[in-house]
Amino acid sequence: MTEPVNSRMHKAAVNRWLLLAPALVILCFAASGPLLIVLVYSFLQPGDYGGVVWNFSIEAWFNVLFQEDIFDETVTFADAHLSIFWRSVRLSFGTTVMAFVIGFPTAYFIATRPKQQRDMWLLLIIIPFWTNLLIRTFAIMEVIRNEGVINSALLAAGVIDSPIQILFTDFAIMLGMLYVYLPLMVLPIYASMERLDFSIVEAGYDLYASRFKVLRRIILPLVKPGVIAGSILVFVPSLGAYVTPRVLGGGKNLMVGNLIELQFGQGRNWPLGSALAVTLLVIVMVALLFYVRVATKEDIKHG
Amino acid sequence: MADAARSPKAFSLKRQPGFSSLAIACFLMLYAPIVVLVLYSFNAGTSIAIWEGFSWRWYEAAWQNEQIKDAATRSLIVAACATTVATTVATLAGLATTRTGKFRGQTAVFAIINQPLMVPEIVTAVALLIFFAIIKVATGYTGLVYLIAAHAAFCIPFAYLPIRARLEGMDLTLEHAAADLYATPWKTFRRVTLPLLWPGILAGAMLAFVISLDDVVITEFVKTAGQDTLPTYMLGQLRRVVTPEINAISTVFLAISVVLVCIFFFLNRKG
Repeated sequence: MTEPVNSRMHKAAVNRWLLLAPALVILCFAASGPLLIVLVYSFLQPGDYGGVVWNFSIEAWFNVLFQEDIFDETVTFADAHLSIFWRSVRLSFGTTVMAFVIGFPTAYFIATRPKQQRDMWLLLIIIPFWTNLLIRTFAIMEVIRNEGVINSALLAAGVIDSPIQILFTDFAIMLGMLYVYLPLMVLPIYASMERLDFSIVEAGYDLYASRFKVLRRIILPLVKPGVIAGSILVFVPSLGAYVTPRVLGGGKNLMVGNLIELQFGQGRNWPLGSALAVTLLVIVMVALLFYVRVATKEDIKHG
Repeated sequence: MADAARSPKAFSLKRQPGFSSLAIACFLMLYAPIVVLVLYSFNAGTSIAIWEGFSWRWYEAAWQNEQIKDAATRSLIVAACATTVATTVATLAGLATTRTGKFRGQTAVFAIINQPLMVPEIVTAVALLIFFAIIKVATGYTGLVYLIAAHAAFCIPFAYLPIRARLEGMDLTLEHAAADLYATPWKTFRRVTLPLLWPGILAGAMLAFVISLDDVVITEFVKTAGQDTLPTYMLGQLRRVVTPEINAISTVFLAISVVLVCIFFFLNRKG
């Protein structure tokens, strides 16, 4: 205790960084660091058999958005890439909306159960979330395939004459992502809903509000942070989905994740793949930053 | 009846029309496909669509399949090593980042620790593919360490969160008391902090284990040929004609995850 305060604080800081070092080293080695290499690779030229040639080039970035005609060298938009980006955004948005439509009432349902029951309902949401994503995608595939449960039941009931093609469509991808990411919508909404003060709801009814008006003007604004959190948590992984579109989209219906993989596999264009990966990363980061801004604003508002 | 429904007593503040049905539909939607999958793992026939009676044959087939055994063993080795590494370093990181005020570089540290939660898996996967390809060429080593390192990295935030939560809720007076009684910092840590922290470490390790066991995308890109884990083996099989063997493996997998998650849930609730 005789040592000066300054040196003691210095010692504490040294200790802190020593304790943090192993985690930071592993993360920089196998998570953060490699991302910088991807950025570097996006400015190089592709090698003939995959890999790169170490020449600076912005060709890959050019190719993300544009394509040059081999014969007359006219430049047009790279429709293939843009349509895949657009499909990814569309499908992710659709998934988020469906997840909200189903997830919001579910969170509300759990939050309005008696206190002893809530944990049990919550566990029922958490279990699927922690079970293998591939297995759950496979489970959905079994249900919607042509010989699957839905089609067999509809055929047996005589509703349809031939199986409806659901598997390998955009709808199948959305359904799969909805199934996989639904808990990510329910959990944050539930977290805000749990703190909902129902005396405010009562006040609404006392003032002759209809049930729908109470929902729209009182409940929804109060749980908005949870809804925003849930939407981002569903939208972001949907945008980068790889397994679900690969299994349920059947190779034709690509999303950005599969397009990136393609460049590292058959495409043999690592720089383009890197540029696409960086693009996806930037879009996701913008979405997350937006979320953080909204979340902190809400925090300030509610003290 | 109509009057009774409108009387203040019968009026439920919490009711919203249709919400309960949608919620029940949601639970059904979450569980029905899993139930179907488990059911067909016991199918006596070779189809995953036509029920031909109960049998254990696909479990026996999976048990005798060398490729599956090989992949399962590799999954367990990678998950066990990654969990050990991730939980250890996450515990140290937890000790470093709690019970102090804000420190310089705190935001950067949290950003790095939570990075695997924010960056899309496919981006990390191709990043590791590139990075490890460079190292593989430079060193000639192609063993399991790459997979273990990659898994350890993305497991760290999952191990870190429950450990940090536990540390933040911990009563510091006991540690101060130990220090007052001339315990060395190491002794205080071992005899006071660690026993109190144990449920958090266990919870973190369990999450890390489940996360590592489940990973498909990063493993698919990092593995060298012939280094299939159970999920990447299954992903490969889905391209072919699927037999209930896949259902059988999935069911065992599900059982392990469900048990671990339930233990985690109750451990956390008590803690």
